[in-house]
Amino acid sequence: MVNGSSGQSGSSFPSAKSPVKNDIVQIHGLSKTYIVNEQEAGAVATLRGIFHRKKTEVPAVDDISFSMAPGEIVGFLGPNGAGKTTTLKMLSGLLYPTRGNAVVLGHIPWKREKTFLRQITLVMGQRNQLVWDIAPIHSFELNRVIYRIPLDDYQRILKELTDLLELGPLLTKPVRNLSLGERMKCEIAAALLHRPQVVFLDEPTIGLDVTMQRRIRAFIAEYNKRFGATVLMTSHYMADVAALCRRVVVIHHGHLLFDGELALLLQKFTSHKTISIQLGECKADLNKYGEVLSCEEGRYILRVPKAETARITERLLADLPVVDLLVEDPPIEEVIDRAFTEWNP
Amino acid sequence: MKSLFQLYIQQFKTTFATMFQYRASLVIWMLGQVLEPLVYLIVWSTVSNGNGGSIGSYSTASFVSYFIILMLVNQVTYTWVMFDYEYRIREGYLSFALLKPVHPIHSDIADNIMSKSITLPILTVIAIILGLAFHAGLSVTPWMVVLFIPGLLLAFALRFLLEWTLAQCAFWTTRVSAINQIYFFLLLFLSGQIAPLSILPHAVQVAAKILPFYWTIGFPTELLLGKITIEAAFIGIGVQIVWLAIAVLLLRLVWRLGVKAYSAVGQ
Repeated sequence: MVNGSSGQSGSSFPSAKSPVKNDIVQIHGLSKTYIVNEQEAGAVATLRGIFHRKKTEVPAVDDISFSMAPGEIVGFLGPNGAGKTTTLKMLSGLLYPTRGNAVVLGHIPWKREKTFLRQITLVMGQRNQLVWDIAPIHSFELNRVIYRIPLDDYQRILKELTDLLELGPLLTKPVRNLSLGERMKCEIAAALLHRPQVVFLDEPTIGLDVTMQRRIRAFIAEYNKRFGATVLMTSHYMADVAALCRRVVVIHHGHLLFDGELALLLQKFTSHKTISIQLGECKADLNKYGEVLSCEEGRYILRVPKAETARITERLLADLPVVDLLVEDPPIEEVIDRAFTEWNP
Repeated sequence: MKSLFQLYIQQFKTTFATMFQYRASLVIWMLGQVLEPLVYLIVWSTVSNGNGGSIGSYSTASFVSYFIILMLVNQVTYTWVMFDYEYRIREGYLSFALLKPVHPIHSDIADNIMSKSITLPILTVIAIILGLAFHAGLSVTPWMVVLFIPGLLLAFALRFLLEWTLAQCAFWTTRVSAINQIYFFLLLFLSGQIAPLSILPHAVQVAAKILPFYWTIGFPTELLLGKITIEAAFIGIGVQIVWLAIAVLLLRLVWRLGVKAYSAVGQ
């Protein structure tokens, strides 16, 4: 994986990588505000709504700036409603921004020029582009002519994708008869037949079982490595992010919260560690060492401030007949969750 | 141009595969296409017989021919894109279509041509059987056929463009079915679907000929039936071309505004 210069970020907060000239994706001050008709409860309010609609502005994305180097995989994180999908839609050209600008592959996305569209793709885990009633191979063939992929290239690419994603028997079954995971694999293949240079993935593993998630993850890594494609992906599964993205961009309530290495994000928001120790039984009171989260069959789990970990470990070993001791970082989900709750614009 | 041609060929194959996934519904659906004009055929022949064998310039036999030809003309010109569009927007298919480097109308044109190529021969056989069963009276002259073909193709192009434009309403409202209802109501009366235009009140005839509806169904039907003089036929084709030009402009305008609205709101 080619990694972009994401080094200097993470130290300031919130931080942003300053755009470099050859960056393939450049976003500056991108904002999107939706105008929403409000619906009030009650019959009178509903009647009033016929004549006078109350409109509210909902800022979905607010002044976001970041850029991506060619070949980079960036994880785009944030809780539901943070503005991730809106941003991806703006970058792929489906939405006009309210303010700000973006340049992807030298094009302004929302102009939707054909040369731009031929070089990008957007995969939405909750939407499908395959024709529902017929086999995926028909949709693939349609994409072949839509993207004007030469027949030789198409056959080669299709074979590669079939091997990588193990599509073999799925290609000729009607889409409606495929499982969610099988369909997702076909969706991804359909979206990549034209070998896009920039790939936007919106929850590509949503609803899939762990095995399928892992397979899709491995495929994305392989695709990125083989073709040097630039990938911006959102996912709620931290395992996806941890496995694929060295760099993450975090947004929350439409604001950029963090841009930098995943390791730095974890470090920044990991204020505690957990220490698990094996004693004979669960009779001792260990609350003076740290917060006791649980104890089962003599195995205590303690939560301690990160800065005190070494000191407390030392004391535990000195004071108690410890059989076994393990110091761990909290799960990545917990850390990200903390980042979201702690940061209020 | 070559790539567009390949796109059409591929879309033909896709439509073909899709249609044969649901053979039963295809048959039921074609039955519907036959039943509606059949009802009007029976009603008007009965009224005509009760009226001494004719109403206006229409004899009982020409009523039969009129509705059988109308069934075929309607089959060639009708579209289903208006029923599809809301679904396409809601389910995100339209987003994917907008991300493709080709205008989505091409898929619809190809889809229409292919499905009609499959259903038309079957309906033609049904039309012949109905014609024999109900003693249709039809004497076709060569010039009628020569003018009928461009008249029919223009009618298809015009109706397709108008309905494709109307389908864009889905960009602004989620209550497309109400708009469709109004459209089909107007179409029923003003296109000649419910009765030949010449037996309807004068005001309706004038309205129908100013508006595009008659030119999408009634005109080609009457053309083949020989109810239109050569001069009137040429004028009619001229009107179709003018309406076609208006429809193209309208479609481009509405599409641009619609996509803009869609891109502002998103789905």
